Amino acid sequence: MSAKTATILHPEFPDYAGPAPGLGYHRPKASLPEPQVALQERGTGRLGLGKGTPWGWALGPLLVLVYWSLGSLTGFIDSRILPAPWVAVTTGLELFEEGRLQANVAISTLRAAEGLVFGVSAGLAFAFLSGLSLFGGYVFDGIIQIKRAIPMLALIPFFILWFGIGETMKVTMISILVFVPVYVQTHNALRGIDLRYVELAETMRLNYGQFLRHIVLPGAMPGILLGLRFAVMAAWVGLVVVEQVNTTSGIGYMVSLARNYAQADVMLVGLVLYAVLGLASDYAVRLIERRTLGWRRTLAQ
Amino acid sequence: MSGNVSGNVSGAIVSIRNVVRRFTLKGVLDGVDLDISRGEFVALLGRSGSGKSTLLRAIADLDHEAIGSGEIYVPERISVVFQDARLLPWKTLLDNVTFALKGPDARERGRRALEEVGLGGRETSLPQELSGGEQQRVALARSLVGEPELLLADEPFGALDALTRIKMHVLVKRLVSVHQPAVLLVTHDVDEAIVLSDRIVVLDQGAIVADICVDLPEDAGERLERTADLRRRLLAHLGVETAAPVADTALS
Repeated sequence: MSAKTATILHPEFPDYAGPAPGLGYHRPKASLPEPQVALQERGTGRLGLGKGTPWGWALGPLLVLVYWSLGSLTGFIDSRILPAPWVAVTTGLELFEEGRLQANVAISTLRAAEGLVFGVSAGLAFAFLSGLSLFGGYVFDGIIQIKRAIPMLALIPFFILWFGIGETMKVTMISILVFVPVYVQTHNALRGIDLRYVELAETMRLNYGQFLRHIVLPGAMPGILLGLRFAVMAAWVGLVVVEQVNTTSGIGYMVSLARNYAQADVMLVGLVLYAVLGLASDYAVRLIERRTLGWRRTLAQ
Repeated sequence: MSGNVSGNVSGAIVSIRNVVRRFTLKGVLDGVDLDISRGEFVALLGRSGSGKSTLLRAIADLDHEAIGSGEIYVPERISVVFQDARLLPWKTLLDNVTFALKGPDARERGRRALEEVGLGGRETSLPQELSGGEQQRVALARSLVGEPELLLADEPFGALDALTRIKMHVLVKRLVSVHQPAVLLVTHDVDEAIVLSDRIVVLDQGAIVADICVDLPEDAGERLERTADLRRRLLAHLGVETAAPVADTALS
């Protein structure tokens, strides 16, 4: 039988009065009802990560917060050692009313932002110089690896000698802390550009500018953005270091002052601020990541 | 030293003289001479390791890791289709086709090229959304949109399933008749070479061992017989001895 003649027939039952009781058979009136097919999402495979939830990442921090709150309520955690979590909010509000909080956050943010701009620009520039040219690599890469091996804290005395104790020294320190991850990740990404795409670019006779724009930049973007994620965190962490050296403003100053007077609640406000600012900037970079790297197919999707 | 000089010698669009290539690891060419005329479809047939890809890469100027000698003259506009479609995963299909083009009509030309390979309307899709055959069709569109004088194809259908491959053969025949580039198709598939090309060059151990013109007659019966005969000869050159009936059934 060919496919054309294989029609499904719905026989008429002229003498049929109504549905037989207990039989799930109904005579069609005008037309057959649409087949009801329940479609459902089928998840990922056995080795995939499964479907994520948008705020899933908050579970761990929330558990810590619950433990901390319960500990403070029951007195299991001594408030002189670690104040209750809500103390961070109440003290924060007090500091805000005094005007100290926003003034310190503003100056710290400015330092972090300046350091970020300088550090990221320099990191990208040097990474491209040493990643895309052998000679550039010979000149710069060694120096930067040596710099990486020297602890930042050991450099502070020299930086004070060279740049004084003012803003220049602080922003320079943050810039260098930001520079390193941006350089390392970008350099690695550039050297890891797939040779097959380089071949393609050669056969298509791209000039160097087109090669950079169409192949190198988008190809290295995952690495660059990973470096940027490290960088924003490094900028905030750097504040802790530089704002404890001869400073009279900033979150770090607020914390070290509180340490001198054993004000655990103000110290806690500082820590919470760092956490919030760090997470917020990391989230911002991940948003950029999602926008620009939408083409990637990875385990996390 | 090898010299890749653009130019035309005595009507041939590609002219290769005494080309030698040595690699430390794989592939050799041992004094290859080859001319390809304008619009000619040449299949380069050989076993794996025969040097056929090496020759193609030499013509495409992609073999700088090799040491060698000889002269290679090629036309100005060459494009290459690789075994993998080699689409840029971060670009849409249209951008993949047009990113090397210049001029205000680049996007329009890209759109037409995609339409030509049956992917009109898919301009904004990403390569990862396509099947292997579709990706290779985009690669074909990309290679033809610049109207090349020479199209180099390195086993472009090697990674496709048998049914998709047949469809691709039909598509390639049509595209080549429209755009009329000279084609050098590297393959190890004897039937593919017979179906597609005007001329079949067999390479073995880095040297050309056969150069056969494919002019099959129109008459169906005679055509079948001649095809089977050609197939047997080519397989013999490739070191595969077949009994005649086997070859016939395989072709029908």
